[in-house]
Amino acid sequence: MNRSLQTLFVFALFTLGVLAADTPVTFESPADRERYDTLLEELRCLVCQNQSLSDSHAELAQDLRDQVYAMIMDGKDNAAIADFMVARYGDFVLYKPPVKSSTWLLWFGPLLMLVLALAVVAIFARGRIQDPQPLSDEERRRVQSLIKSDLGQRK
Amino acid sequence: MRYVIPLGAFIVLVAFLAIGLGLDPRYVPSPLIDKPLPNFELPELGTRHSRITTADLAGKPRLLNVWASWCVACRVEHPLLLDLAKSGKAAIVGLNYKDAHDDALAWLKQHGDPYERTVFDEHGSLGLDLGVYGVPETFVIDRHGVIRYKQVGPITDGALASVIMPMLEQLAGDK
Repeated sequence: MNRSLQTLFVFALFTLGVLAADTPVTFESPADRERYDTLLEELRCLVCQNQSLSDSHAELAQDLRDQVYAMIMDGKDNAAIADFMVARYGDFVLYKPPVKSSTWLLWFGPLLMLVLALAVVAIFARGRIQDPQPLSDEERRRVQSLIKSDLGQRK
Repeated sequence: MRYVIPLGAFIVLVAFLAIGLGLDPRYVPSPLIDKPLPNFELPELGTRHSRITTADLAGKPRLLNVWASWCVACRVEHPLLLDLAKSGKAAIVGLNYKDAHDDALAWLKQHGDPYERTVFDEHGSLGLDLGVYGVPETFVIDRHGVIRYKQVGPITDGALASVIMPMLEQLAGDK
C-alpha cells in the first residue's frame, strides 16, 4: 500500500466513527433536518462532557437524540426543546449558556481579563516613557567637561 | 520588591488551579432541587400488575435510589443501602433504570433488596424526567414529594454522614 492510500484509509476509519454516532433519522422537511442537526450540535452530552449530542456514543446521548427527534416531529420549536433539556439537566446541557448572574463571570470574564491586561500594560508603559529629569546646571557642566576630556584623550 | 507582582500573580494562579483540582467535573448541579417529583406511573418491579405513581412517594421522607443490574458502581454502594434499610435509618425506594425485568430481580436476589418498592423504568422515561446521567444516583425526597438533594454516583460515607443523614433527620422533624 502506498502512502497516500494509507492516509486515505486512516481518514476513512475516522469517518466510520462519525457515521456510527448518529442513527439514521428521516424528517418531513429539510428545515426540520437542519433544526435537528443544529440542536444536536448545541446540546452537550452529560456523560462525555466535552462532546455534543451528535458526537457522543454514550447511551444517554442516544436517548436524548431520540427525545429531540420526537419533539421535532411533535412540532415543538427550538426554544421549547432547549427548555425541556435545561429543566432536567440545567444550563450545563447548553453549549451556549444564557446570560444571568451566575454566568456573568463566564461571559464577561475574558473581557475583564483584557481590561486588566491593558491596565497593566498602560501602567508599565507610562513608567517607561516618562521624560527624563532636566539636567541641573552643575550636571550640565560635568557633561561638558566629560565630553571635552574624552575628545582630548582620543586625539 | 520587583518580584512581588509576578509572585503574587503566580500565587493567585496556583490558588485557582488548586480549587479546580478539588472540583468534581462529573458533578452537574441539578435544576430539580426543591422541585416536586415529576409525574409518573410505572410498573412495580417483581409484580405482575402493580403500579407505582408519584403520589406513592409522598407521606414521609425517603431516598429514591436509581440503580441497574448492569451498573458496576451500584454494587459499590449497595452494602451501604442494605445497612441503611436494615437499621431503619432511611426508607428507600428503588428506581430500576433501563434494565431487563429478570436481570433486575436476579440482581436483587444475589445482592440483597434494601428497597420498600422498586419502580421499573424499562425505557428510562422517569430517568429522563429526573435528569439522570450517571447511575447510581440518589435523591432525597421529603414528605410532600419534593426533591431536596441529589447525589450523583455512589453514596460515599462522607456524603451520607455530612449531608444525607442530617437532611433526613431534619425532614423527619418537619411537618
